Amino acid sequence: MSAPMATNETLPARAALDQEWRKVVNHGLLLALVLVFVSLANMPVSLDSRMIIEPMLSMGYLSLLWIPVVMGFIVSSEKVLEGIAYHAKGAREVLAGGLVGLIGGLGLSLLVVLIDNFDLRDPLVNWSPALLDLLQFGNGIGFGVIIWPVLGFGLGVFGGALHIFTAMTRTIVGWVLGAVLGIAVFETVIIDLLTERLPFEFITDWFYFIRGGLSQQGAVTAALIGGGLGYLRVLAQRGVVPTPVQDYKQLVGPERTRANTIIIITCGVATAILPLLLGRITNELLANVGLFVLLALGLNIVVGLAGILDLGYVAFFAVGGYATAILTSPNRGDSWPDWVPQSHWFAALIVVILLAILTGLFIGAPVIRMRGDYLAIVTLGFGEIIRLLFLSDWLGGYTGGAQGVTNIPGVDLGFVEIKGTDPRAIFYLVAVFCAIAIYVSWRLEKSRLGRAWMAIREDESVAEAMGINTVNVKLMAFVVGAVLASFSGAIFAAKVGSIFPTSFIILVSIVILVVVIVGGMGNIVGVIAGAAVLIGVLGGPKQPGLLAEFSEFKLLIYGALLIFMMLKRPEGLVPNVRRTRELHQEEFLQDAWLRSQVDADEQDGAPSGEVAPA
Amino acid sequence: MTAAVRSKAAPRTGVDWFLTFMRVGLSFFFISGVIMFVLQQIDPQNPIAQVFNPDATGLTADQFEGLIISGLSQGAMYGLIALGYSMVYGVLGFINFAHGEVFMVGAMTGMITSNKLEEAGLWEDAFFVSLVFIILVAIVCSTATAVIMERVAYRPLRGSPRLIPLITSIGVSFLIQNISIVLLGPGAKAYPSLPDWLSQKRTVLFLEVEGTKLMVILVAAISMAGLWYLVERTKTGRAMRAVAEDKEIASLMGIDVNRTIVTTFAVGGAMAGVAGILWGILFRSVIHTTGFLPGIKAFSAAVVGGIGNLGGAMAGGLTLGSAESLAPLMVLEPWGINGVSQLRDAVAFLVLIFVLLVRPTGLFGERLSAEDRA
Repeated sequence: MSAPMATNETLPARAALDQEWRKVVNHGLLLALVLVFVSLANMPVSLDSRMIIEPMLSMGYLSLLWIPVVMGFIVSSEKVLEGIAYHAKGAREVLAGGLVGLIGGLGLSLLVVLIDNFDLRDPLVNWSPALLDLLQFGNGIGFGVIIWPVLGFGLGVFGGALHIFTAMTRTIVGWVLGAVLGIAVFETVIIDLLTERLPFEFITDWFYFIRGGLSQQGAVTAALIGGGLGYLRVLAQRGVVPTPVQDYKQLVGPERTRANTIIIITCGVATAILPLLLGRITNELLANVGLFVLLALGLNIVVGLAGILDLGYVAFFAVGGYATAILTSPNRGDSWPDWVPQSHWFAALIVVILLAILTGLFIGAPVIRMRGDYLAIVTLGFGEIIRLLFLSDWLGGYTGGAQGVTNIPGVDLGFVEIKGTDPRAIFYLVAVFCAIAIYVSWRLEKSRLGRAWMAIREDESVAEAMGINTVNVKLMAFVVGAVLASFSGAIFAAKVGSIFPTSFIILVSIVILVVVIVGGMGNIVGVIAGAAVLIGVLGGPKQPGLLAEFSEFKLLIYGALLIFMMLKRPEGLVPNVRRTRELHQEEFLQDAWLRSQVDADEQDGAPSGEVAPA
Repeated sequence: MTAAVRSKAAPRTGVDWFLTFMRVGLSFFFISGVIMFVLQQIDPQNPIAQVFNPDATGLTADQFEGLIISGLSQGAMYGLIALGYSMVYGVLGFINFAHGEVFMVGAMTGMITSNKLEEAGLWEDAFFVSLVFIILVAIVCSTATAVIMERVAYRPLRGSPRLIPLITSIGVSFLIQNISIVLLGPGAKAYPSLPDWLSQKRTVLFLEVEGTKLMVILVAAISMAGLWYLVERTKTGRAMRAVAEDKEIASLMGIDVNRTIVTTFAVGGAMAGVAGILWGILFRSVIHTTGFLPGIKAFSAAVVGGIGNLGGAMAGGLTLGSAESLAPLMVLEPWGINGVSQLRDAVAFLVLIFVLLVRPTGLFGERLSAEDRA
């Protein structure tokens, strides 16, 4: 065993050892629980058809195998505060990881034995022979019982060993795994991009197996590419190779503006060209992502900038969708008087905007003075009321009730008609509106109104004392968010051609909230990235994503992701600088205090690195 | 914070006028609906009653009685769930959005246990023993869910900005629902049928009550009495009240604040577990979304009764349950709205919005902890 942990020096040796053991056992039991849960959730079986590396690794096995690695890593990682030395890692950490993996594997062995001997299929629907067969790797029961502890130990050792690797090795290992997984997951998009219009079949033939999944030579190539990129990254960190991102961050003034312009133009051109190269399915995917980007940008203004948790956001989406449908479809409810015309999509859009503003004011005004938590539930109530009204017989003559509104025409631009059946055209339409939304969000964030929103988010009373009319400013956030959501609703109506109340359940609000939070509250790039990753890869509430096999589990993952982000990284993947500071105020203060202590000690001549934890 | 207080100091803005308009409009809507209903009951041919709804027939005494009883039995369940919201709010000052899911866990475990008991032939033969057994199992599971929830998701977030635990609790709610889907399957699951002697009608005083609903109300009343005893008469209850009043001072007085918070979650979870069983017995069907609407309605009940006020939570539950059961026929139908039973849930939300607009502290006053008063 290597040197004892810094924090344990004050403890008697026996107690320290007990503590370590308890940590290992706790993590091991947690791992066992997670593995059994994942198995009983049927993830291994239903994801087994999706191959990552043919014929060695399927996504089903991967759903089990990654967990021991992570747990083996976590068990010996520790929080290092500013000013405390990071203690050296050694064989002890590797062993701890291995033991954790061993306990987890024993949990799965137990499950194998239990499935073999008892039938609990009544409450647990996935307690099936298929699961047993998969857990035994198709061999006998004895193999299944023995293989999991061995596998768990091995993976746990790998997880623990990540601590003793040098930073360089760790980076490269990460990149290799990321590249293999990424190239496997984005299979549909890559094949579509390279073969639909471009003549690069030889690349995809090299990488992919015919029936899906990476071929073995493809996996090796992907690993090499990943390793190469990882090595470049290491060199960049050491300053050997120039890093564009670092250079960009150091730019100031007009140079930065110029760089921004170049980036924006590149992105715009890419957005314009990309759909031409892609096929139907991928364009459909992009159009769905675009719709959610639009929704998420709107919610980002409400939640991210103004700090109002609006859970009934889907109401505005519904208003936009229904208003467009009713104004453009010949097949709307029969109770409408004749003077409500059947109009063009753009004419309907004007009405949609007006209605969205009205709805925003109507829902916003009663809730604007409520406490944050009341506001959340009351807006949720409004969202539900609006859906129930659209569904009810009472308004059925206008909204079609459960049958909804069908036969919604596309958007006639004069020279071309954008129909829902042409995902490429729909994507261009969505992209235009996203561009508008991005511009509006960006300008608003820098405006007086945007600063007022952020002031309210930080402290409403102080903002009011500074002379901000909090009521009007918050209402503005509601209205702007409502209009953006109604755009999305209008495009959605034209895209799907028929809308029903079931498209506007509360789930949609929550999925948009997850997108905004995972991406990064208050950050436009973050929100777009969040929508692309979550909606594009996992899929929306009803829309399938790249991993169509995940559709049973995506909501489970969304829920877990929401909790995880709130606990570990509330600022999101692409954080907004100011929001991060607000959310981690205490840590910033603590760090500052510790730093001042270290400085003081250094002046006293004491060696740094031995400051007691706060 | 209410508009009524604020308007004395500041000039009335457009929003204030709009709110006043909404208050007056909603009150008018409710009151005149009820007046029309009463007139209709007196004489179905009354011209005022026929203004909006010419072919209304009114309700018979039996129908009315039935609506009130079912309203009260549902209200009793809402009240039990609302206690959990109210207690957690009193202690931590945040709304545990996932509390409805604790209730769903209770209903689900009840479904599993009672079906197993029925397979063993115990359900019909020894109904009361089985009932007590499934209630105990549900209490254990719901309490465990609530305690784990607190430990994993909420304790690390104590002291973070208000929005953060709220969003986390939405995530927890979402996660538990989906865990139920992946483990138990997405379809609705049935409770075994109840023995005949229980579900038949019987006369209590002058009312004819279905045995099941009577039992629901009785069990809810017993649980409520137990809770009242715990909170008002025991040392644990005193600790809970002290922590709700002021966490720091309470800890200075030697109260283990963390433990008290866990106890609060556990007690709230136990109440939700009981409510889950009652739900299962009353409706005999449970699905992963079972917790969502009753949860939101129970929250509304807690607000209607004054959040943080335990008696208020129960009273709010009964009020909301009856309102939800009666208002569609008493208020909406006289206005000529058809298909009113579809709008039951909308009524519950409307009551919540109305109460928050007119009397944000709830009908029976709010017991605020120190942090909120500041």
